[in-house]
Order: sequence, then structure tokens, then C-alpha cells
Amino acid sequence: MINIIWVALFLIGLIYAAIHGTIDEVNKELFASASAAIEICIGLISILIFWLGLMKIAEKSGLLEKLSSLFRPIMRKIFPEVPPDHPAMGYILSNTIANMFGLGNAATPMGIKAMEELKKLNGGRSTPSRSMITLLALNTSGLTLVPTTVIAIRMKYNAVSPTDIVGPTLIATCCTTLAALLIDRFFYYRRTRKGRK
Amino acid sequence: MGAVTVLSTWLLPCLIAIILLYGTLKKVPAYEAFVEGGKEGFSLAVSIMPFLVGMLAAVGVFRASGAMDAFVHLLQPLLAAIGMPPEVVPLALLRPISGTGALGLMSDLIQTYGADSFIGRLASVMQGSTDTTFYVVTVYFGAVGIHRSSDALKVGLLADLCGVICAVWIVSLVFG
Repeated sequence: MINIIWVALFLIGLIYAAIHGTIDEVNKELFASASAAIEICIGLISILIFWLGLMKIAEKSGLLEKLSSLFRPIMRKIFPEVPPDHPAMGYILSNTIANMFGLGNAATPMGIKAMEELKKLNGGRSTPSRSMITLLALNTSGLTLVPTTVIAIRMKYNAVSPTDIVGPTLIATCCTTLAALLIDRFFYYRRTRKGRK
Repeated sequence: MGAVTVLSTWLLPCLIAIILLYGTLKKVPAYEAFVEGGKEGFSLAVSIMPFLVGMLAAVGVFRASGAMDAFVHLLQPLLAAIGMPPEVVPLALLRPISGTGALGLMSDLIQTYGADSFIGRLASVMQGSTDTTFYVVTVYFGAVGIHRSSDALKVGLLADLCGVICAVWIVSLVFG
């Protein structure tokens, strides 16, 4: 699916530009966005090094394991295929908690680390396992307690009470996350049924 | 709500302190472990590069050509039917594709309609309640070398749709 979407974005864009004479903008944007992508990656380097380093300490000291045992009952339900004592569980939890507090910087390295561990559990295959899709669903729905960036922008534009959207955002984000988990389950059962045929 | 904001500013430093203290108590050579773990960071960032360049370039072409606007125009009546103000439709469509693009649009909406208007609040909730699906799929799967997304993208995008509907519904209920 990602192959089709990727090609479609390019082709539709190029054809549309050819018809509407916006090809100059497209040429400019093409390389501007490519270099923007590299800038994002460069920005990620320092964050990745810092958090992966820190998490290594947490892993070696057993802190990560302790954390996962705390939330074991819920996580077992959401990730039934991951052994509860596996380091992947600790990383998944750290990722979720970092996301909840709007620490996107810390969440990405932990999420990637969790993916790595899940890939090992999946025998190193290059297709995603059930748990990997669940983790992704959890991340795309963006469970946040405090949307810090949004609050900052609302402050900038003189909102009477910049934080009055925190409550509604929390309800919305919980609904989205719940929906993501349900949709993920639905697709999982559909996949397994197809596999049996 | 002030307490929540204070909590999130202090959480990071506290977390770092706890990890370092606990590690030292458990006699882990903290600095060595940090360097060992950090080594992976660079190669990880580099391994994401081709995925992100490919995805952002495709999205860039789609947007710069004007096809994005046409697409939004096409879907406007459909989303307006579920009670969404037409002004925020572009934001709803851009949110899963481009995080920075959506942030720009949201600031624009707040500036135009005011932070305390219905549209301004709805835009804020929509921006805050979900993450950029394309970016998350690209970075997380790219970093560990998963080339086929399987159902991941479908799950993410359907969840985004639910998120948008939830946001409209809740904001209408609370502020409407």
C-alpha cells in the first residue's frame, strides 16, 4: 500500500502541475523538501544519541524491567505476543509514557528501540509483526496528556485561557487511541482469517 | 491545568536524575553504558534518511503542484456533511501527512479566526490529539528496515479519521 501511495503522490502532483502550470513550484519544492528531510535527520542525531545512551543505563540497571512489570496487566492485553519480561516491553512503555507527556524528543528513540526489539522477536523478517503494527497504531494516534506545542501557539495568539483545550484534547486523544487499537485488532483478525484459507 | 504544565517541564530532568541515580546504585558503569547505547544513535539517524527524503519529497510535490488544494476542495462537502466547518477541512487532511505543514495551517487558522473562536479551538484540539501518521510509519519502520507497511498505514489513517470526528464532536459539545 505504501508503494502505491508514494508513487501516486508523485504522479498526481506532476500531472496536476503539468496541467495547471505550477511545474516551477514543484521543481523548487522537490529539492527543498528533500533537504528538509536531511535536516530533520541531522536534528534527530543528537536526540537519538542522548536518549539511547540514557536508556542503555536504564536497561542495564534493571529500571526498564521494573517499569514494565508495573504496567504488565494492561500491556499484556495490548501486546499479547510479546513476552512480559522481554526488553521490548520496557521500551514500548517508555515510548508510550514519553508520548503521553508530550516529550516527542524522547519518544522517538524509545519507539525505534522498541521496534528493533520487536523485529528480533519476529525473527528479523522485513515484514512487520502484529505487535509492530500495534505499536505504530499507538504512536500515530498520539496519546498526549499535555499538547505543549499547541498551548505555546495559543499563548502567542493571545488566547484568554491557552490551556482550556487540554481537557477536550485529552478526551479526543483517548478516543483516537482506543479507536486505533480496535481498528488494529480488526485488521489483525482479518489477516489471520485470510491466512487460514 | 497549571499543575500539568509544571509537571511536564519537570518530568524530563527528574527522569534523567532517576535513571542516573538508579544506575549508580545498581553499580552500572553509567558513563560507559551511555556511550555504548549512544553509539547506535548516529547510524539509526542515517538509516532513516532515505525513507524520510523519499516521503517528504513526494508530499512536497503533491502539495506544491496544487493537487493537495484540489483534493481538499473535492472532499470539503463530504466532511462538511459530518458537521465539520469547511475552514478546518484542509487541516484535517494535512494532519496525517505533514506535521510541520499542519502546524503552520493551525497557526494560520488561529491567527485568522482568533484563538478563542470555535474554529481556533477545534484546530487546536485536532492538532493536539493525533500524530503525523506518515512520519511515524516512515521513521519507525524505516529505522529497523521494514519495507512493507502491511496494514499499518490503513490502521493509522482510519484512526486519524476517528480522531477528527471525535475532535469535532467534543469541541462542539464543550465550546459549541
